[in-house]
Amino acid sequence: MPIQYYIYLALSLFSIGVVGVLTRRNAIIIFMCIELMLNATNLLLVAFSKMHHAIALASNAATQVGIEGQLFVFFIMVVAAAEVSVGLAIIVMMYRNTHSVDINFLNRLKN
Amino acid sequence: MNNLVYLVPLFPLIGFLINGLGRKSLAKQAIGVIGSMSILASFVVSIILFLQVKSSGAIVANYFNFIDVASLKIPFAFQIDQLSSLFLLIITGIGFLIHLYSTAYMTDEEAPHYARYFAYLNLFVFSMLLLVMGGNYVIMFIGWEGVGLCSYLLIGFWFKNDAYNYAAKKAFIMNRIGDLGFLLAVFWMINKLGTVTYGEVFANVGKLSHQDITIITALLFVGAMGKSAQLPLYTWLPDAMAGPTPVSALIHAATMVTAGIYMVSRSNILYTMAPATQGFIAIIGLATALFAATIALKQNDIKKVLAYSTVSQLGYMFLGLGVGAYTGAVFHVMTHAFFKALLFLGAGSVIHAMHHEQDIRKMGGLKKYLPITNITFLLGCLAIAGVPPFSGFFSKDEILAAAYEKNPILYFLGVAGALMTTFYMFRLYAMTFLGKFRGTHEQEHHLHESPSAMTIPLIVLAILAVVGGFIGIPEVFAKDSHWLERFLEPVFVGSNALVEHKEANHATELMMMGVVTGLVLVTIAFAWNKFSKYEETNTEESGLGKVLENKWYIDELYDAVIVNPLNAFAGFLKNIIEKSGIDGVVNGVGNLVNYSSRQLRLIQNGQVGAYILMMVLSVLGVLLLWINDTYIITFLHKLF
Repeated sequence: MPIQYYIYLALSLFSIGVVGVLTRRNAIIIFMCIELMLNATNLLLVAFSKMHHAIALASNAATQVGIEGQLFVFFIMVVAAAEVSVGLAIIVMMYRNTHSVDINFLNRLKN
Repeated sequence: MNNLVYLVPLFPLIGFLINGLGRKSLAKQAIGVIGSMSILASFVVSIILFLQVKSSGAIVANYFNFIDVASLKIPFAFQIDQLSSLFLLIITGIGFLIHLYSTAYMTDEEAPHYARYFAYLNLFVFSMLLLVMGGNYVIMFIGWEGVGLCSYLLIGFWFKNDAYNYAAKKAFIMNRIGDLGFLLAVFWMINKLGTVTYGEVFANVGKLSHQDITIITALLFVGAMGKSAQLPLYTWLPDAMAGPTPVSALIHAATMVTAGIYMVSRSNILYTMAPATQGFIAIIGLATALFAATIALKQNDIKKVLAYSTVSQLGYMFLGLGVGAYTGAVFHVMTHAFFKALLFLGAGSVIHAMHHEQDIRKMGGLKKYLPITNITFLLGCLAIAGVPPFSGFFSKDEILAAAYEKNPILYFLGVAGALMTTFYMFRLYAMTFLGKFRGTHEQEHHLHESPSAMTIPLIVLAILAVVGGFIGIPEVFAKDSHWLERFLEPVFVGSNALVEHKEANHATELMMMGVVTGLVLVTIAFAWNKFSKYEETNTEESGLGKVLENKWYIDELYDAVIVNPLNAFAGFLKNIIEKSGIDGVVNGVGNLVNYSSRQLRLIQNGQVGAYILMMVLSVLGVLLLWINDTYIITFLHKLF
């Protein structure tokens, strides 16, 4: 499958994520949109890594070139998991205090 | 013996430092002694130097390189030759007498001011010595500026009076205008010759083009115009009478104002090679002599009459320089220093007796109260009028004879000026000392002869004013009798070689002398008669008399043409250009920053969404820039 399709898919996922973060006020949905953006990146990393590796294999059957991208994906997943645990904890605390997950509540922090 | 040279200016400098720094703690007697003795010490050294120069010629003492840049080397050097040794004697000799006189005249001042006075006076003598001793034009210029500064300080000595401060500023600014000319001349010399040392400049004068010499001499003369109060820069000198009277005698009559004459006669070779400038000097000198004399005819302030008389006599000296009678001009500087210092000190004695009354209409009959002042003042008047055998006769006659040789018209105008001089001097004398007293009874009661510290200088100067002329008896009377001319010959030898000297007809010369003397005596008799019976009337002067009384309205003219437009222009710059222009720009920048930051602050509104939006837009912007970087770089290149 041509690389363009992966790029288009990742781009649309990322855009949905951005628009979601910008427009929604529900903290959980914003959170999910952030995950969407992270995963769009992961998708691209995997796609490019695969393509790069395939090209390198054509000249050298034993090569390892191009697989680092897939390694990065695991890192991102780990970081994302950590982030989710912290973020969800914040949201839970927020809900306990205000009985809402409306992001605009955070405006009060400015004073 | 060279090591003695630096002592001459050193003594006054030490006197200045002691009196200036110790003015709060020194006793009055000590101040007076230090001030006078430092000048006396200089005088003694000057006599030694004079005798040495007389027997073995000029001394040049090099101390160190004052300016040493690339090929230009200006040494700090003193040159004592016949001309400067003569000036040294005049400055320190008369300077000492005036210091002595000041100890009594200024005795009413409190000790700190008394010390300040003597410190300034010593600083003045130091600067003046630097001026005449300097071995090149730059050292001369240092002294030239120094005397201008001291003149400013001393005119404004009583600084609590606004009018005096104004007079001081006027003197300083007028002098600065002239000094600019001097400075430009020095630059021109450096540019064309690469040296300012007298000996080198005069030896290389042949290398200069005719035009260069004319420009240098003319610019130097502009300096002399300011310092020696010639038309059109003379107006500061009459106003300078705001200073204490001994200051007027020393600075504004005997020494500083003759700096211009010294400078021109020092550069005589340059001037002899620039006939155009010489003609200009003769005309300016004669015009000043006549112009100031007419003003002096109608002045009623005893010091103002003497001030205009000084301007007029300086005009004669420049006339002498202009017609090539360098010896005559220097001779007149010397005799003028004697009799004009005498007259000013006499006037000071009168003012002292009259309790600071300076209007001669309120004097009269002082003869019997101030006998010594009366006699000495009369001798001074006879000397300045040019009655033989008093000193003024010989020096003025020499200048006029040289003028006749050049052009009889100059001579006749000069004689007319001399007659005016005689008239106003005897008007002054008669109104002050003859007739009956016109002041208040209280003043009459307090009239007294001055103390001996004031009368001794008067007597010494009177003797000098009487006999001073005998060092320059004209050739008519006896062969080789002109001692001064022979003494000064080494200084003027270059000029004399360039000018062929016509042998004047002795019969004509004697006849002219006789006629002029006769006219002078008639004028004296006329003025004596007219003003000894002077009665105060309240009639206003009219016509020409009023114009003369108001000094030809020159001050008003300068005010209208130069001072007021300048003030108006300065006011325009201050009120319009600065207030709304420069202040507007400066405040505008400040306001712009203030305003824009107030607007920018609104972006930070605490809305997380807005921040994120901005972040996203910025990232997009950066991406766009990155993609189009070559396009943007070329665009920026086009812009700048």
